[in-house]
Amino acid sequence: MHFPGRKKIKSDSEQTKKQKGIRKKSDTSPRTRRGRRISAGYLFPSALGVMLFFVLPFFIVIYYSMVDNPISHQFVFLDNFVMVFQNAAFRQAAANTLTFSAAAVPLAVVLSLLLAMLLESKIPFKSQFRTFFLSPMMVPIASVVLIWQVLFHYNGMMNEIRVLFGADKVDWLNSSYAQAVIVMLFLWKNLGYNMILFMSALSSIPKDILEVAVLESATPFQIFWHIKLRYMSSTILFVTIMSLINSFKVFREIYLLKGDYPYDTMYMLQHFMNNTFGRLDYQKMSAAAILMAIVMVIIIGILFLTESYFGKDVEG
Amino acid sequence: MSLFKRNTSVIDEVALDKWDETVRKKKKIRNARRLMRLSVATMAAGCFAVLFLLPIVLTVTNSFMSASEISANYGQVFATSSTGGKVYISEKVNLKFIPDMVSFSQYITVLLKSPEYLFKFWNSVVLVVPIVVFQLLVAAGASFGFTRYRGRMKEIIFFLYIILMLMPYQVTLVPNYLVAQWFHILDTNWAIWLPGIFSPFAVYLLTKYMRRIPVSMMEAAQIDGAGEWQIFRRICLPLCKGALCSIAILIFIDYWNMVEQPLILLSDAEKHPLSVFLSKINAGEIGLAFAVATIYMVPPILVFLYGEDYLVEGITYQGGIKG
Repeated sequence: MHFPGRKKIKSDSEQTKKQKGIRKKSDTSPRTRRGRRISAGYLFPSALGVMLFFVLPFFIVIYYSMVDNPISHQFVFLDNFVMVFQNAAFRQAAANTLTFSAAAVPLAVVLSLLLAMLLESKIPFKSQFRTFFLSPMMVPIASVVLIWQVLFHYNGMMNEIRVLFGADKVDWLNSSYAQAVIVMLFLWKNLGYNMILFMSALSSIPKDILEVAVLESATPFQIFWHIKLRYMSSTILFVTIMSLINSFKVFREIYLLKGDYPYDTMYMLQHFMNNTFGRLDYQKMSAAAILMAIVMVIIIGILFLTESYFGKDVEG
Repeated sequence: MSLFKRNTSVIDEVALDKWDETVRKKKKIRNARRLMRLSVATMAAGCFAVLFLLPIVLTVTNSFMSASEISANYGQVFATSSTGGKVYISEKVNLKFIPDMVSFSQYITVLLKSPEYLFKFWNSVVLVVPIVVFQLLVAAGASFGFTRYRGRMKEIIFFLYIILMLMPYQVTLVPNYLVAQWFHILDTNWAIWLPGIFSPFAVYLLTKYMRRIPVSMMEAAQIDGAGEWQIFRRICLPLCKGALCSIAILIFIDYWNMVEQPLILLSDAEKHPLSVFLSKINAGEIGLAFAVATIYMVPPILVFLYGEDYLVEGITYQGGIKG
């Protein structure tokens, strides 16, 4: 992922400092100035929309999270956050989301890497397999949720398979197994996307390095561990972050399966938000949204730092 | 081999033959091993493919059952979610791969007799298509703005776009709701259209693509007397055609699948898209559910079959491996 790193911005500004004299001349050229203004004009509609619909209201949300109610506007600073933290439903939702992500994200990364490696080896029907693995990504989740309910019903097919192997029946969707079902649904939906990312990373590894490794009689495992993984480190990072972000969106699947109030272990943060929306409890909602935003910013920050740390010596 | 032969031909014929044979054997073993590995890999891929396709195929095949067959087989599953349906349900849930009798009754009912499903389908179309078209238009302009005359200010704004793009719905929906309330567009399609149109996702992807167009090209055009509009229209847009396609597909999948936004921004169930409505199908209408689900699957699958390569390309840009 290419982000406009901080370094680039800094070097830009240094350059301007150094070449101030020359720069100023070109800046004052009416043609360049006009071009700058016009290109800003092209940016304007989108920037205005983003400001109006995402950025400005977010500041209002910050404001709401710090007042006691929207009518009297008493400033209470962090009380709302404390209230949200003390809310049992929120804590349950946060814990569920965390455990879900902790289980689903590593699985998604490892399995999709495996699929990509499978498709990289010289198996027949490669492009057909790619199509098959990608197809769940296209299918709207609402369409397959029906069959999912049938498969995981108490008297459904999954339980019959369990019985075949001598295990007891479980009530998949209404027990602690519910999270396993959601993890499966999540993997089913997201593996194809990750796989494509890994495939393009695998194909961009320089061929000569692999050839040298073979000549030096490296075992396939060594090649995989020391060369391929090393070269894919930035992709692995990106896939991890994307899976994490997608794992926050898993509410959709759960809602379609079980509605507003699913089994306890399936109660995710988005359920909490939705049900708070229902009660129009602005302060709680805003505080929860801001907590989420802070967590996301921290995660994204970690992505930046790790990528700039790892990406350097490979990509040069 | 030939080199080897030349060296040893003077020494010993028998030893050479032996050597040849061992080499051949080793090659055979290696070949057999490779074949084994390949067939194991193919089988594993096949297993995965079956697992991936199973839910889709089952949905489609089940849509050809008659309503009575479905309620006989799956009645139990959906009766639990509704409040007191009729109890003519079998004890077991029989998963059928192929219906006992192929019938189009589901489709006939959905398409001809009960217009509400088609109505909801139309809702989906009305919600999604303007978002795809206008998000692309806005994004094309914005990414041109980000590409031409890059400066510090623009880099900061672009950074903001990336952060916004990565935010989950839990965060962005609260601001969206507030804005919709200010503008009094809550419960109208505008509440979904406007945030969708200005979503930073397409801007990010398209900018990344457009920045790979060599600057010298635009400068050459400028020297030849082209204005900014002509550079945009004649150089940037044609070169980004493929990227525009892949982004359109990605946006389309994303919004065709939407559940969160309509749930919060549209309290009127009449306006809900089919994706939300499908989950609320009650026991009386399970017979139709599979046909509706299949119909709902058709547009994205058509898009997928038509533009799989574009889709793959789009995902690759997202990863930024190429860029």
